[in-house]
Amino acid sequence: MQYFVQQLINGLTLGSIYGLIAIGYTMVYGIIGMINFAHGDIFMVGAFTALIVFLILGALFYSVPIVVALLIMMIVAMLLTSLYNWTIEKVAYRPLRGSFRLAPLITAIGMSIALSNFVQVTQGPRNKPIPPLVSQVYTFDGISISLKQIIIVIVTITLLAIFWYLVNRTALGRAQRACEQDRKMAALLGIDVDRTISITFIMGAALAAVAGTLFLMYYGVVVFSDGFVPGVKAFTAAVLGGIGSLPGAVLGGLLIGFIESMWSAYFSIDYKDVAAFSILAIVLIFLPSGILGRPEVEKV
Amino acid sequence: MNAQASMSDFILQVEHLSMKFGGLVAIGDLSFQAKRGEITALIGPNGAGKTTVFNCITGFYKPTEGMITLNKRDGSTFLLERLPNHEIPARANVARTFQNIRLFSGMTLLENLLVAQHNKLMKASGYTFLGLFGFPSYRQASAESIELARHWLEKADLVDRADDPAGDLPYGAQRRLEIARAMCTGPELLCLDEPAAGLNPKESAALNELLMGIKGTGTSILLIEHDMSVVMQISDHVVVLEYGRKISDGNPASVRTDPRVIAAYLGVDDEEVQEVLTEVGDEDVIEQLDTGPDAAHGPGNSASMMAGPVSDSVEHANEGERVTVSKGASKAAQVDARANSTKSKPAPKSSTAKPRGGRK
Amino acid sequence: MAATVSSGRDAVATPIQRAFREAFYAGAISLGLFVLFIGLRTDQNITNELILVQRWLLLAIVVIAVTVGRFLYVAYAVPAMERSKAEKAATPAVVAEPGFIKQNFNRIGLVILLLYPIAMVLLFGFQGSLKWVDNFGIQILIYVMLAWGLNIVVGLAGLLDLGYVAFYAVGAYAYALLGTHFGLSFWILLPAAGCMAAFWGVMLGFPVLRLRGDYLAIVTLAFGEIIRLVLINWREVTNGSAGISGIPKVSFFGLISFNVSDPNYIAKVLHIAQSGAYYKIFLYYLALGLCLLTAFVTIRLRRLPVGRAWEALREDEIACRSLGINTTTTKLTAFATGAMFGGFAGSFFAARQGFVSPESFVFLESAIILAIVVLGGMGSLGGIAVAALVMIGGTEILRELDFLKAVFGPDFTPELYRMLLFGMAMVIVMLWKPRGFVGSREPTAFLKERRAVSASFTKEGHG
Repeated sequence: MQYFVQQLINGLTLGSIYGLIAIGYTMVYGIIGMINFAHGDIFMVGAFTALIVFLILGALFYSVPIVVALLIMMIVAMLLTSLYNWTIEKVAYRPLRGSFRLAPLITAIGMSIALSNFVQVTQGPRNKPIPPLVSQVYTFDGISISLKQIIIVIVTITLLAIFWYLVNRTALGRAQRACEQDRKMAALLGIDVDRTISITFIMGAALAAVAGTLFLMYYGVVVFSDGFVPGVKAFTAAVLGGIGSLPGAVLGGLLIGFIESMWSAYFSIDYKDVAAFSILAIVLIFLPSGILGRPEVEKV
Repeated sequence: MNAQASMSDFILQVEHLSMKFGGLVAIGDLSFQAKRGEITALIGPNGAGKTTVFNCITGFYKPTEGMITLNKRDGSTFLLERLPNHEIPARANVARTFQNIRLFSGMTLLENLLVAQHNKLMKASGYTFLGLFGFPSYRQASAESIELARHWLEKADLVDRADDPAGDLPYGAQRRLEIARAMCTGPELLCLDEPAAGLNPKESAALNELLMGIKGTGTSILLIEHDMSVVMQISDHVVVLEYGRKISDGNPASVRTDPRVIAAYLGVDDEEVQEVLTEVGDEDVIEQLDTGPDAAHGPGNSASMMAGPVSDSVEHANEGERVTVSKGASKAAQVDARANSTKSKPAPKSSTAKPRGGRK
Repeated sequence: MAATVSSGRDAVATPIQRAFREAFYAGAISLGLFVLFIGLRTDQNITNELILVQRWLLLAIVVIAVTVGRFLYVAYAVPAMERSKAEKAATPAVVAEPGFIKQNFNRIGLVILLLYPIAMVLLFGFQGSLKWVDNFGIQILIYVMLAWGLNIVVGLAGLLDLGYVAFYAVGAYAYALLGTHFGLSFWILLPAAGCMAAFWGVMLGFPVLRLRGDYLAIVTLAFGEIIRLVLINWREVTNGSAGISGIPKVSFFGLISFNVSDPNYIAKVLHIAQSGAYYKIFLYYLALGLCLLTAFVTIRLRRLPVGRAWEALREDEIACRSLGINTTTTKLTAFATGAMFGGFAGSFFAARQGFVSPESFVFLESAIILAIVVLGGMGSLGGIAVAALVMIGGTEILRELDFLKAVFGPDFTPELYRMLLFGMAMVIVMLWKPRGFVGSREPTAFLKERRAVSASFTKEGHG
């Protein structure tokens, strides 16, 4: 039982990170109907930015309180990563909007390749380890919870709350939802569609940057190719939850997190990704539009 | 067997068909028949469930209840609600067109018609294997299929554009191409979903000619149509739906004088029907109102009957006639109308909650 | 708001003024993007701690380059392009007779391909030609074959498959395992590997038939990853990430061998000097033959009912069903046929390398193959071949650009920039030609004359 709860906590931590990345996929998909393949690499850029900021802080100041350091890392990562995603949208996706459906997918894949290789070229291909930022571990009744995990869950919940407020309670969120329903009509009603889409990319990137910072804090290492696996997992999570649905993305992220940690705990760690992907395939066979996705109505 | 033989002048029998989407009853207990070699029209206001009936017949929806029997010329019968989607055209020989045209727009007209002969060609090509090695039997079948396509292109007056992409055709020609494509499957029953929608008078006339030609080949036609000129000119039998239920069934002349049909199309509730009938005085006038403006406006210049000439005329009738016809119209007519309305009491209760005419 | 204001200003500003403004923005943005990534570099010191290396000069160079580039683009390139466009519009549209090269594109291409190894041998000698025949010729031909195979699934049937590399892997491992364990020859294993891959194509096809669009994309991606992960982890059979080596060489139908030790080694049979180049040249022609087979089958299939049904499926699935086409089997045949060519390519790859490992079958490969299909123009064999030549040949040639070292100093390794440039090229080509090099579609039958169908009418499929 304790072992199970322990895995549940590990899964929750992992799932939080996936969920934060998955929101970026799902939002972009909801609003312009494209898979932003570069989003995983945006996450990696976020983690790398946090790493560099951490090193700058270490070089400039003798000691910084860890909370302040984390906060600065997160904020700078959010800003810079948003700038990256904003630029990518402007350069690679906007000119292709409304043309051929596969064209933006290919530019997204191209951007993904370019981004990870850009980081490889500029920052070198090696693993970048940092000393542990937070190392306290609390033990309750044989279940150990590290402070890192608590931070991850708290940050995720806070961000999700802010995010939920933005989408559901503000004019911006209303504009986003309107664009999601019908972009042309939204434009006719005076919504600046381009701006709304840009903001969507910025929001997605900001969440991915936070996920990147948390990832760096949790694992203490980052490498240029780190975008791919979490990216694919988060994308899987978004699809599992029903792509286009925000609660679905979080739910999918948590599910993937749980599946992975449970599978590695009870079966084999080698096949944990196989398990996650297989469950995705099985779920989609029975629920072809994911768990919370709107079923696609075949209009005859 | 004998019973079936006598039934077989009906190509299609729909019995107690129901289709529910969640709580919404799109079709409720609908029964009608279509005779072989005839043109049967299915009409009704928007949202009456006509296309849903089509989708049930052609297997795109599985009906909640009911039976759809198709009797082929060779005596075989098919229960359409049990056949998978694609086998309905393939085995039961039912072809259909769509309300919003579905052509293979990136393929040429000829290719569109060749795709329609897929199953036949598939067999001839030995399920691809013989065709891959260029066996002569496939080549012959291929040449024959091109001939059949040419035949229908000529019928549809499209042969000059055979090598253009289908998406490049004007609207009316696309409609005709879709019908030609359906005919290339060699159907016994052709289901047309609003073939005249959006056509100009000239195109509409060309369509009528094409449909009469198809009827001449012995193919039965089931037709959804809003354009009354098409319905009245070419159909042999009319079934009227409203809110998923049949409200009238018969030949065109009897249907268009049926007060229930008028009520459904006028979009007024029972009392108002009475009132209109009373004020107008007699059925001839109603008939005039119904068909007269059509001639004036020309056949269907709009996609929907509701927005088209008929409803226009209804508005005119409602406002104009009320002013001109004296209030003290004949009492006999009033009684007559009451009698009419009581006769039509079993008409759907839902008609009281019906939206008014000028909708859409 | 902002957009309207700036467009209002655009109307009055001269191109030069606008160019200054745009260049300023571009510079500012690039400064923001690159300040941490180019300005600083994380490096490990002797004690394995990360330290920051400052590169402000490099940052300044890059930012200035971006600014100047943007300025030149907005101030000169854009007006020039607009002018030439206006001139083109002004001159009456003469239906230009396609030039000799365009008319006989396929024939000329084939002749060049047939003569290529001979030309290379003549130019560089046997030993010198190795690189050109192997790294360029065979490499590109493998991608052409793969892309033509995927073209059946994506380009014709309109089903987005992001895990095509799985079938490539199945073909390669089928050949590697059966070849090393049972010593079967390439000529038996080639069809076997194709069948195996086709079988897996159907296995994948069945569950995903109901899925559409991006759901299909992610499941195929997942399938590709599953195959790769199984290859890594099923160590007893696949030898894990170490891979399988010692895969037997292909022989010329058992008559002529390319193993030096064999009695029927080519040099002994033909009484010529020993050289490794014979095998490469033989493999080149083998790859070319397989490509031609793929092309021949694809062209034939397109004119058969099944091929037309694929294209019809891409255009409108519902209409297909209304015409009595069994969309399930049609999709499955597309998956199986595409997978089969992937399997052929895979077994050829294994034979050529003599070694397979899961490394070769990562998602990036799927992405590259898909990119080639889309860049070439979906459905067009010629366009896809050109795209493979440009993308694969272009990045391969970066390995050869040693003279750049003279420009950027001895530390400069052009290879590092290979994938970066590849990714950027994907973006640029797509922006330049969203429909690919060849956007039009060749009809499969005609009554009077064959006219290409313009790209604006064809659809890209929904699956």
